This record gives sequence, C-alpha cells and structure tokens, in this order.
Amino acid sequence: MSKSLRFLVPLIIFGALVILLMIGLGKDPTKVPSPLIGKPVPEFSLPALTDPERRVEDEDLQGEISLVNVWASWCVSCRQEHQALMALSKNSDFQIVGINWKDDAQDAREVLRMTGNPYAMNGHDPDNKVGLHWGVYGAPETFVVDRQGIIRYKHIGPITREVWEKTLEPLVAKLKAEG
Amino acid sequence: MIPELGHLALILALLLAIAQAGFPLAGSLTGNRPWMTMARPLAYGQLAFVAIAFAALVQAFLASDFSVLYVAQNSNSLLPDIYKISAVWGGHEGSLLLWALMMAGWGAAVAAFSRNLPLPVVARVIAVMGMVAIGFLLFMLLTSNPFERLFPVPPEGRDLNPLLQDFGLAIHPPMLYMGYVGFSVAFAFALAALIGGKLDAAWARWSRPWTTVAWVFLTIGIALGSWWAYYELGWGGWWFWDPVENASLMPWLVGTALIHSLAVTEKRAAFKSWTVLLAISAFSLSLLGTFLVRSGVLTSVHAFATDPERGLFILLFLCLVIGGSLALYAWRAPEVSEGGRFDLLSRESGLLLNNLLFVAFTVLVLFGTLAPLIYEAFNLGKISVGFPWFNKMFLALAPFLALLLGIGPATRWKHDEPWRLTKTLWIALALSIGMLALASLPAISGGDQWVPIGIALAAWLLFSHLTLVRERLKHKHGSWRQAMLADFSGNGRSFYGMVVAHLGVAMFIVGVTMVSNHEIEKDLRMSPGDSHEMAGYRFEFLGAQKVNGPNYRADQGHFIVYRGQRQIAELFPEKRSYLGGGMPMTEAAIDAGFFRDVYVSLGEAVGGGDWALRLYYKPYVRWIWLGAGLMALGGAIAVSDRRYRTARARRTAPTEAVAAKA
Repeated sequence: MSKSLRFLVPLIIFGALVILLMIGLGKDPTKVPSPLIGKPVPEFSLPALTDPERRVEDEDLQGEISLVNVWASWCVSCRQEHQALMALSKNSDFQIVGINWKDDAQDAREVLRMTGNPYAMNGHDPDNKVGLHWGVYGAPETFVVDRQGIIRYKHIGPITREVWEKTLEPLVAKLKAEG
Repeated sequence: MIPELGHLALILALLLAIAQAGFPLAGSLTGNRPWMTMARPLAYGQLAFVAIAFAALVQAFLASDFSVLYVAQNSNSLLPDIYKISAVWGGHEGSLLLWALMMAGWGAAVAAFSRNLPLPVVARVIAVMGMVAIGFLLFMLLTSNPFERLFPVPPEGRDLNPLLQDFGLAIHPPMLYMGYVGFSVAFAFALAALIGGKLDAAWARWSRPWTTVAWVFLTIGIALGSWWAYYELGWGGWWFWDPVENASLMPWLVGTALIHSLAVTEKRAAFKSWTVLLAISAFSLSLLGTFLVRSGVLTSVHAFATDPERGLFILLFLCLVIGGSLALYAWRAPEVSEGGRFDLLSRESGLLLNNLLFVAFTVLVLFGTLAPLIYEAFNLGKISVGFPWFNKMFLALAPFLALLLGIGPATRWKHDEPWRLTKTLWIALALSIGMLALASLPAISGGDQWVPIGIALAAWLLFSHLTLVRERLKHKHGSWRQAMLADFSGNGRSFYGMVVAHLGVAMFIVGVTMVSNHEIEKDLRMSPGDSHEMAGYRFEFLGAQKVNGPNYRADQGHFIVYRGQRQIAELFPEKRSYLGGGMPMTEAAIDAGFFRDVYVSLGEAVGGGDWALRLYYKPYVRWIWLGAGLMALGGAIAVSDRRYRTARARRTAPTEAVAAKA
C-alpha cells in the first residue's frame, strides 16, 4: 500500500462504522416488529416451574390480560426487572405469566424463593422449545396478551418505570377498556 | 422568566461559538492578527453564557419550578436539596447542558493557560473547540431543550430516578464528562497541528498536560461509576460490561495509549502521525459513547431517554466531526516525517507494544459492544456478547500488559542492551517468581490458577518499580529520603507520577484477582434471631422495621456482624419505596475494610418477619478503586511537573516570532 493510502484507512473504517450505525438507528432494538403481533399466541404446553406435575398452556392466557415475561436466573437485566415485576404483581388488572427460558429449574426456583415470586404461573422451557415459537431473542422479553389470547405488544429488555408508564400501562388500560 | 433567560443564554452561547469557530481560524490562515486575538474573549464569553444557562436550570430545580418540563420529569419537591442539584444532570437534556458547560470551561481554561503558546496555535485550538461546541449547543436547542415549558403545570414532579439519588452518582457524571470533554482539548491540539502543518515535539509538549488531566478525570469518573454500581445496584458486582460502561472504557483505553505515545512524541519526536490519530480517536470514542448511550441503538441497564431523532442528529454530528478530522488526517499526515529511529530493544518499542495492546483491547470492546448491531445488520438474529466473552478477552491481554509494564519503564530510549536490562531487573524478577510459588500454595490460591498469576504480576510491578526508584536515587547525595524529596521538588514529578500510577495498576490487579476468585455470595432466608456463619464472620439478624426517609419509606434490616466473639459491625440494609414512583430499591449495607468488605442486601419479606436476603464476603474489593485512585493520583503528580512550566517560559519568545513569520 502506498504511503498516502495508508492514512486513509482510519477514515474507511469509520465509514463502515457509520453505515453500521445507520442501519442500527433504523432498527430500534426494543421495538423489533414481531410477526406475532395481532396473532393468537402459539400453542404451547410447558411443565410448571414450581410443580412439574402441573402444566402451563396457551389456554391459561384466555380470559385475562397477561404479561408473558421471558426470564432466566442467569440474566442480569432480569434481576433488575424483578423488582418492577414484584411491584406490578400487586395489580389485579392482569396476570404475569413467566416463561423460564434456557434455565436450570433449581436455580430459577431459588431466585423466586429468595427474591419473591411475581408470577401467577411459570412455564419451564429449558431448551427453547416454546421460546422458538414465540420468537424469543433474549431475556428479558415481555409480551402483552389480551383476554382473547392475541399478542398485542412485545417489549424487549427490562421493564423499567419509564417503560411501564409510557408504554405498557396505557396499553393495559386500553385492553381493559376493550373488555 | 428565568428559564427563558437560560434559553436565551444558550442561543447567545451558540452565536458566540459560531464566531469562535470562524474568526480565529480564518485569522490564523490569513495572518489576520485581530481576528486571531478574538479567540480568547470569545472562549470566555461562551463560558459566561453557558454558565448563565446552567445556573438558570439549577435555579429551576432548587425552586421546584414544575412548569419546566425537564424539572417536572426529574425532580420532586420532597427531594433533598443536594439531589435537586444533581438531578440537573439526572436526565438527557441536563446532561447535555453539563457537557456544554464543561466544554466551555475547558475552552476558557485553554484560553487562560496558553499565554506562552504561539497565537496562531491558540486561535486554531480554540476554533476547533468552538466547532465541537456548536454541535452540542445546536443539538440541545434543536432536539433537547432543557428549558421547555409544560402546561398545565403539574402540582408535583415525577421524582428523580431513585437509582440516581445517591452521592456517588451525583458526582460520577461530572467527573466522567470532564474526562470525555477534556479529550476535546487533545483533539483540538491535534487538529490545530494538522491544519497548521506543524507536527513537532512542541505540539506534544503542549497537549500532554491537558491530555493527562482529562485522563485523570475520566479515571476517577469510571472508578466512581464502578463503585456506585457495586453498592447501589445490590448485586455486589463492580463491572458489568454494559454498553454504557464500555462507552466510557473505550476513550479511557485509547486515552491511556495516547498519554504514553505523547511521551514518545515529546521526547523522541517519533510516532507523530500515530499520536495524532490516537488524539482524534480518544475524543471520537467519547462522542461515539454519547451516541450509543443517547440514541437507543443499544439497550442498556442504564436506560436513558432514547429517541431516534436525537440519534440521527448525533450520527450526523459524528460524521462531521470524526469524518472531517479523519479526512484532514488522511490529507495532512502523509507529509509528516517519521522522526527518531529506534532499535528493537528500546523504550520506544515498549511503548509501541503498550499502544498496540491498548488499541487491540479497545477494538475488542468496541466489537463486543457493537456485536448486537453487527449481527442485526446482517440479519443473523439478535445476540448479546456477554460477560464471559469480555472477561476472556481481558484475561487474554491484561497479563501481557502487566508483564510489559514492569520492563518498559526500565528500558532506555533509542537503544538498550539485553544484559543491562537483565542486570537491573533480575532481583525483581526473582522476587516475583518467589511470589508465584508462594501464591501457588493451595492455602492461598484456593486451587485457582489465576490467583498466583495475578499476585505474581502485581509483585512484578511493585518490585520492578521499586528497582527503578532505587536506580534513580543511587547516584544522588544524602539519605534516600532526602534524595527523593529533593528529586520530587525538582524535576522528578513526572517520574514519580508514573511510578504511583503503575503501582495503582498493581493494586488493581490484586483487587480484581482476589475478589474474582475468593468472594463468597450466599442467598439465605433468615428469621429474626437467626445467625449465619460465612468466611469466619457470623451474621446475626435481629429483624426488620419500617423507617421513613425524606422522600421514601423503607424496611430496614438490623444485622450484627461478629468475628469470633468480637462485634465488628452493625449493618442496616434497606428496601426503599420512593413516594414519587412505585419501584422499590435495594440499599445494601456494607462494612468496608481495607482487606475485605462484608455486604448485606435485603431481598423480599417472605412472611412472619422472615426475609430473603443475600450476604457477600468480598476480599480486597477496595483495592480495585484504590488502585484506580492511585492511577489518577499518579496522573495528577505527573502534571504538576515543573518541566512543563519552565520549558514553556524558556521557549516563548522565539517560537512566537517564528510562528508569526509562518
């Protein structure tokens, strides 16, 4: 490479970075359009985390507004989100259903025992069988499901106060009004 | 009325910044002296107006003026006064205003402390800083005005995020921003040199103290952030490789490379174009960090306001600033001569290796941080490069860096002999190998291979630097203490600064090694009256009670910690509910010690007065932050070196004459 061309290298690398960032800017990672929005929840049946005899199924999402929360004990953001879920679990307008994803049941139960259990029920999905059908990319993710079992919204990343107040709370209120 | 004054002051600051970017630069290119002399007054004027705007926002917070949208979103009348002030930079708009204030502050500082620099250089440096300031002020005025009004006026504010209601976090952002923005000075010096076409040792000597000061602030800022995460998030971790943390680490890594390569450029006139590239990169990464944090392209636990419109603005700004400066670099740098030659075994080679390792690590961190974006751009699905990957990369590079750190400073400039180096360092090497053997004993290492390696590397740094001090004082008169004092008040500050900073690295290594391999963490359920024994400490839980704070209610646990029969600490961890918002917060209780922390974090009440809680034993965890503190202290000592002042005074007259001719 000639001497003067060598000094162009940083500029070229930066150009590539800018293109990457442009693409990233167009795609908001917290709002990946899930193809599932507006569709009924995929059929599933998982053993309950706390009681392997029982099962958690798509039927359980009928008749009540549900926040379906994908979580794992190894996920740091989930730990942060956990406190928010505990506060939300006191709200009777909806149920929080957990999908314990790619996790060890023992570890997951330990987390619930130690930090409280905000979930009405928890399906255990250690090998991403159900997660695959739901299009889960990572934990935490939260799906808002209406009373008819239709997925209305998907939130990627932890639920913070801001997310709750700005997005999820108005949506839940709307679904409640829909009856 | 006052918020409108603040807004007006921002607009005036923008106008001044435009003048500051234009006239002095044009003057320096055309030799118009009056235009060049405008640089200093314009820089002072900009500081004055941004300070007025900042004061107006502080006033709005102190007066709880909820008619200002930003105040209503980030404050609350119950908030203690100190947090009302720190709430000013608790959100996006105020953080930007703080950035702008510091940017103006650094600009004014350059104006004030550059009496001995040639006028065209000062004019160009201040003009470049003016250009960056334009970007930030425009960004604020167009997309993020902190003075926007809200109608109808809410009776109460939404409250500051409880995570931010903390002393450590109140001072963390100002320190961090001082560092980020401080690199703009090195950046401006580099661009000024490229514009003027004069890249020489003098340029390196001028920008060196500024760069070191910025680096010191950034070091303190990052350490404070890590310390805060440790005690406030309640997970007991001290570094999470979160995108926001990485955003601050990258400029630090490149900044560290920069302060070392500046040394070569100053002393040996080598690495000139490389040093310029590092100076551009350090500030570019500061800007990139801001983009990543503010635009929402990456999700982070530090969820700040995100907004694609803002993202687009910052991206455009990045293109102009970074793209423009790299284009200037591509155009001008080929003309720079490569300067002093050096042999394979020389201090130059050592510093080159240092630079390569730091840059390699930066690239890895950048890749890891952007990996989710890269995967997404190529539709490979979403991934997150996690903790283990970063740790592996860090462990792959850090030991070589530490090894080199013991050798480099002992090496001579230009050329050195292997036997001379061996003769100097063999005692330090032997002692370190001894430490390696000692730390390999199962009683100390606990069976982990990294413990002996970490301890031996720290020992290597300690002994090799003690050797350096001894070598330096060998031929001085009087007792070693007198000699050292004389040296310190003479020309030795930059040397001792280096030693202190490098010993900080040793301390940091010990802290990281010990806490990573010997910490104990336990999840428990305890009833009042229960005791639990861990790492030789006995934790007695006396129960929990309700307490009220100024703007929160809390459950407060009461623990007594015993070592043997002796009571060593009483701990009161809390679980807080802030009145402004419903999210509960964990407030861990820590008994801090030089050799260990014991740490209690409350989980949930599980009925009947029982609590789920977590106990931690963290050996040597303080050494991580004390090490960082020593690095910063070392930088501060180096900057106070007399040589900068005397060297400048000596050179003043002739350079001014030469520059005027040019």
